[in-house]
Amino acid sequence: MNSCEKAAIICNKAQYNEATLIEKIKLKFHIFICEKCYHFSKKNAKLTHLCNKAKLESLSEKDKENLKEVLNKTSNALHTK
Amino acid sequence: MTSHSLKPDVWVDQYADYLFNYAVSRVSDAEIAKDIVQETFLAGLKSAKNFKGDASERTWLIAILKRKVIDHYRKINSKKGKAEVRMTYSSSVDSEGDWLEEQVADPFSTLENDVIENEELGLAIQECIVKLPKKQARVFQMKTIQGVSTEDICNELEINPSNLWVMIHRSRSALMECLNKNWFNV
Repeated sequence: MNSCEKAAIICNKAQYNEATLIEKIKLKFHIFICEKCYHFSKKNAKLTHLCNKAKLESLSEKDKENLKEVLNKTSNALHTK
Repeated sequence: MTSHSLKPDVWVDQYADYLFNYAVSRVSDAEIAKDIVQETFLAGLKSAKNFKGDASERTWLIAILKRKVIDHYRKINSKKGKAEVRMTYSSSVDSEGDWLEEQVADPFSTLENDVIENEELGLAIQECIVKLPKKQARVFQMKTIQGVSTEDICNELEINPSNLWVMIHRSRSALMECLNKNWFNV
């Protein structure tokens, strides 16, 4: 893994507050010397901001399974009619 | 029916979250929104033969969903027995008198626009998530939207943390790419 890939992983962890202090320092240093990662990290933070702003909602996997079950039952009932 | 044939089997994976987001923004209650999504799918299934194929499935389902939201509001209104319009005068002490004018919306406020923009943003992100490979989408949703801890996700999906971060990286990069034109003005 090269240093840019490492930096990207730390940058992603940082979006979820899961980067350690040492990792964050490494990332800051890398961003300072690498323009590509600087832009990536900017965009990544923006994505986090957008996701928070959008107040995203999603159905749980269980809800989806239930939904599929109901749909399949109805669909079968319709076809056998 | 060629390009626009109905595929109820993939509906849930493809559109459930999109419809759910839309419904939540309209009724602001997750449980009710869940019911509305289910009713929408069922109604879609029953009237599948009326689907002319001149709109995309999603547009068609959203049209049904909108009807269901209206039905929902009609129902709660009739439960109360009537649609009442209540005028509550401000009870805050610092207002001088009960002037209705004080409660009129500020014409220069952009708060309403923010709400609309955020809704569009949410739907745009949801559209991009659907385009991700299924497992990546699931990891991204669990991590970002449901806020499940790394450890729990790894246990549930039987992957190790480095797999997880690779999937997060791929999904985030894909989302940046997908949202790029409209939402990233960097």
